[in-house]
Amino acid sequence: MSLKEKLVSSFMAFEDTVDVHSSIHDIRTEAIKTFETEGFPTKKLENWKYTSLNSVLKHDYSVFPKNENALEFKDIKKYFIHEIDAYKIIFIDGKYSSHLSQTTHDGLDVCLMSAALTKPKYKVIIDNYFNKIASKDGLSSLNTAFSYEGAYINIPKNKVVDKPIQIIHFSTGNEAAVMLQPRNLIVVNENAHVQIIERHQSLTDNPVLTNSVTEIFTNKRAIVDYYKIQNDKQSASLIDNTYVNQKQESLAKVHTFSFGGKLTRNNLNFYQNGERLDSTMKGITIIGDKQHVDHNTLVHHIEPNCESHQDYKGIFDDNATGVFNGKVVVEKLAQKTNAFQANNNVLLSDKATINTKPQLEIFADDVKCSHGCTIGQLDESAMFYLRSRGIPEKEAKALLMFAFSNTVLDSVKIPELKNRVTKIIAKKLGVNLGFDL
Amino acid sequence: MLKINNLHASIEDKAILKGINLEVKPGEVHAIMGPNGSGKSTLASVIAGKEEYEVTEGSIELENEDIEELAAEERAHKGIFLSFQYPVEIPGVSVTNFMKTAINETRKAKGLEDMPAKDMLKMIRDKSELLEIDRKFLSRSLNEGFSGGEKKRNEIFQMAMLEPKLAILDETDSGLDIDALRIVANGVNKLKSKDNAVIVITHYQRLLDHIVPDFVHVLYNGKIVKSGGKELAHELEAKGYDWIKEEVNA
Repeated sequence: MSLKEKLVSSFMAFEDTVDVHSSIHDIRTEAIKTFETEGFPTKKLENWKYTSLNSVLKHDYSVFPKNENALEFKDIKKYFIHEIDAYKIIFIDGKYSSHLSQTTHDGLDVCLMSAALTKPKYKVIIDNYFNKIASKDGLSSLNTAFSYEGAYINIPKNKVVDKPIQIIHFSTGNEAAVMLQPRNLIVVNENAHVQIIERHQSLTDNPVLTNSVTEIFTNKRAIVDYYKIQNDKQSASLIDNTYVNQKQESLAKVHTFSFGGKLTRNNLNFYQNGERLDSTMKGITIIGDKQHVDHNTLVHHIEPNCESHQDYKGIFDDNATGVFNGKVVVEKLAQKTNAFQANNNVLLSDKATINTKPQLEIFADDVKCSHGCTIGQLDESAMFYLRSRGIPEKEAKALLMFAFSNTVLDSVKIPELKNRVTKIIAKKLGVNLGFDL
Repeated sequence: MLKINNLHASIEDKAILKGINLEVKPGEVHAIMGPNGSGKSTLASVIAGKEEYEVTEGSIELENEDIEELAAEERAHKGIFLSFQYPVEIPGVSVTNFMKTAINETRKAKGLEDMPAKDMLKMIRDKSELLEIDRKFLSRSLNEGFSGGEKKRNEIFQMAMLEPKLAILDETDSGLDIDALRIVANGVNKLKSKDNAVIVITHYQRLLDHIVPDFVHVLYNGKIVKSGGKELAHELEAKGYDWIKEEVNA
């Protein structure tokens, strides 16, 4: 039985036992039909030309979380940004871990999707927001059909959340292969401000496939800072589908740090439904071996006087492959749009590959849109400069990578997180530079 | 200290240096002058260990040790310093952190512990005063957005921090106004001792008014075609390089 068949038949077998609002049953049932029609994307689709899911779909995944698996904090502490106080929503093999989490209902909701999808008091919010911006493609529909657990965050008007929220999905490898489908809903109301850090972490070498959907609603003058740390094991693959809906004068930023995993696909979509708002997408990708990272971004400029900024840096070694496909649509009404897109890449080996493709569809006439992509190698004169100061080749290389990534690192607003990302990069490059950048 | 013997070097099979002989003793200042394209910067890069150049013949010895097989960083650890004509910008890495890394990597290579933070700070303070460098400057990203003068001053600051045995200043005067030139030259002069040596590579004589050479060599077409005392620099300033070319070609 193929994974698709397995998913569809599992859905049919268990749907009646799932306890959610009846409206959610309707949405789930509709979604599984869409998935049945659409299936998993293949390379025949323009947006999937350079990314094949074949190698990750071949495993016999367990598709429903079964066991309650426990983890000791001390064993997984290193995956937390533990230097700072934070709200925590932690999942182990798709199940919520109350032991490791720190949620709240005190002036804001930082809790569980399963609660929001079942308890009557959340029904209005769910009706207003759930599945409103997620696309109806095969993967997102599949997630919708299985949507039950994940993070539910609702920040009320004027609330500046005092500490970041960390969402971490651990997989223990207690089952031979597991497929996880977390579903997150984040609603940030007028003038509210929140910082969120998301991470997926496998703890063994058993295959994991995560197909995640996150819907983020950034209402009037709200500010959202979202950070994704993708540094998983070589046996883990991630398809991240994130949708951001923005209202007027809001600021939404998503930083994606892709350093590990077998296959990572980021579908990041911004919809600008208001004036004078700003969407920022930044990323650093540093991969080697046979790793594959694909950034597929969309900014939909719908209203006038808005901005979008994209800045993606990629460093590819060994046989690694990267894809950047950045689409910017500027509707006829969206005059005075400023849209910037940059994708710069360094190939460290002859066998590494990057496919980069900007796509601009502009229907308004008074706009500023720019895009630029570069593919280069390490600057030999810069290397010589550093080495002539006594800095060995490996460290010199690392310094140049940091310099190359600096425009992205520099806009990380949580110092401890910036520090952590810097350390992950240093570790990845095998250097200790003796100072924190 | 430095002994260069019949040095030939090429890049992508194009011969640039065609038999250089040069000996620099401790305490000496040598100037290497010559028209554009004569191989001055190549000579500097080859001594410092730039990999793109291939040494096809001859030898380079530092304190009686053949350094030809050493990587650029190993040469730096042994006390060679090159002040670049075009220093590279490194965004996100401050001047201070860059120097910390350079100094501690050099110490590591010598089997020493990292320099204690307190000593490092004191050294940075002392050396930055020597070059009239503002404290704020040190926390800026290395060379990023620096003016031409700031870049060169920063090169000499690095030289002061690394305390090389042999410093090669490649066109350090280019892009400097007269005040910056004075500060840079002052710094170099204060760092001079009987134990170290300086090679000044320049197209013009004006830097040599401030850093007075013991010997002046003229490089032309990959060879040193004339050597003399500091008066040779004045002669070149007055007469240009054509007479040298004519002498060589005759």
